[in-house]
Amino acid sequence: MSNLRGVYIIWYRDLIRFWRDRARLITAFIMPFLFLVVFGTGIASSVFGGAGDGDFDYIQFMYPGIIGMVILFTSIMTGVSVVWDREFGFLKEVLVAPISRTSVAIGKALGGATIATIQGIFMLVFIPFAHVSLSVGGAFLLIALMFIFSLSLTSMGLLIASRIKSMEAFQVVVQMVLFPLFFLSPAMFPTQFLPAWLGTAVKFNPVSYGIDSLRQVVLGSQESAMFGIELFGYRMPIILDIAVVALFGIVMGTLAIRSFRVQE
Amino acid sequence: MRNIIEVEHLVKKFGDLVAVDDVSFEVVEGEIFGFLGPNGAGKTTTINILCTLMRPTSGRASLNGFDVVRQQNEVRRSLGLVFQDPSLDIKLSALQNLEFHTGVYNIPRSLSKQRIEEVLKMVDLWDRRKDVVEHFSGGMRRRLEIGRGLLHYPKVLFLDEPTLGLDPQTRFHIWNYILDLRKRENITIFLTTHYMDEATVADRIAIIDHGKIIALDTPDALKRMVGGDIVTLKTEDAEAAVAEIREQYNIEAQRGSEGIFFEVQNGEEFIPTLVNNFKSGLHSISVRRPTLDDVFMKLTGREIRDEVGGVAVMKKMWAMRSARGRAGRFH
Repeated sequence: MSNLRGVYIIWYRDLIRFWRDRARLITAFIMPFLFLVVFGTGIASSVFGGAGDGDFDYIQFMYPGIIGMVILFTSIMTGVSVVWDREFGFLKEVLVAPISRTSVAIGKALGGATIATIQGIFMLVFIPFAHVSLSVGGAFLLIALMFIFSLSLTSMGLLIASRIKSMEAFQVVVQMVLFPLFFLSPAMFPTQFLPAWLGTAVKFNPVSYGIDSLRQVVLGSQESAMFGIELFGYRMPIILDIAVVALFGIVMGTLAIRSFRVQE
Repeated sequence: MRNIIEVEHLVKKFGDLVAVDDVSFEVVEGEIFGFLGPNGAGKTTTINILCTLMRPTSGRASLNGFDVVRQQNEVRRSLGLVFQDPSLDIKLSALQNLEFHTGVYNIPRSLSKQRIEEVLKMVDLWDRRKDVVEHFSGGMRRRLEIGRGLLHYPKVLFLDEPTLGLDPQTRFHIWNYILDLRKRENITIFLTTHYMDEATVADRIAIIDHGKIIALDTPDALKRMVGGDIVTLKTEDAEAAVAEIREQYNIEAQRGSEGIFFEVQNGEEFIPTLVNNFKSGLHSISVRRPTLDDVFMKLTGREIRDEVGGVAVMKKMWAMRSARGRAGRFH
């Protein structure tokens, strides 16, 4: 009981901070806007001869990838924000409280996942621009997937945060973890035309499956069939995508909790 | 009176570095216990062990009867902490910081509202409760931290350098709060500081250096270790002055940051004799009662660096306290 209340208050604090940070709320739209509207239009018109023309609509294709990108960046950043708490001393207040380290980690993971999901939901404003249609049921499924995806990635962020001790290392994480996870995924390009080395790297990236699951919901499994990830000659169905993401999350979450419990 | 803290043969090593070296002591319930020593002496490490933030390498420690390694949750419930470095969430309001605290300490909701109001009024921040801590001054933040540390009615309040980096006036106010608090709540206060003047408020002081306790007694008893008054001279030629004092009075003077100094009985009476016969060039001369600084010097041969202004502030404070008729206890 005590732990539930602790989990709640840690989650709640992250949300207060999120709502209070107006600058972050606005900038949350800027990167996706640049990618989707500017970069997307540029690629679509120069490589595919204009958005909406022909068989392949690039902006429609990349839209779920951009949702995935927002989830990926927000989740990892929020997870790693524990480093800030340590830097500014607040972590001590939490660590000296009569609450288990496990509860602290769970509260942080849920907080980060909620924030990432909210930012993912913001991306739904781009639906008309991306020429996709989503049923109410589809939207709820999408939000549920975003949350599972976010929870896995926030756990990974927490694991990283528990291992790095300085702000400098934080920049390294962004370069060494975040960008590779993003670029080695099918967020921006379909996988079936890739050379073997890149195709293989994409398949080893758990983020790929999260993005594939979002794409299957947004575009429909029929439409997205040709862009999907094939393992052993089979197209990954959405349920297996989710299973990969969930498994990855469980492993990361367990390691993060264990790492949180280590005491000097 | 029972012992609220018991520490036996506590050792903490970081690799080859021995931060806490076989330390044993007890703290009696209701007292102000001071930990005094230079930076890096092992004060914060000891506190971190008592607060369950670190595990000892060997030895044992208990707080409120609970073992700091095996009964961590019980220990944590029994203590409040004001850290050396700020530990507020500056993006939250004062109220939200305290609400967070009642949440992680699981103080029943029905009680927490009333307690929050109580501590905010105590530290004079009730009117500012909805303001974001970012806009608070250093002194206000520290007061809020002290209030937060008391929110769950701890048995022991740890104050790790509670006035570090604060201006003299704010230090003075913070100390007023702490001393009033102790009068009202019968709470045990465990204090670390490297300000000698601040340590004087303690009922008993442990002087710690290089991870070891080198003396533990009341401030008065510690000062008596020095023996006499301290005479400080500023001279043209320190070398010659030291030699002269050795020849004339058989006293071994030491060189310090203020000039040369030595101990002597009845300093006031000694000065005229000294000045009349002094052959080396003399710029100034002063005599004073021994301070804890001198005790530390006597025990270790080194000075604890004190900040300018510290002594003056505390003198002003004692003067005010005496005026209000409260000084008795803390002589």
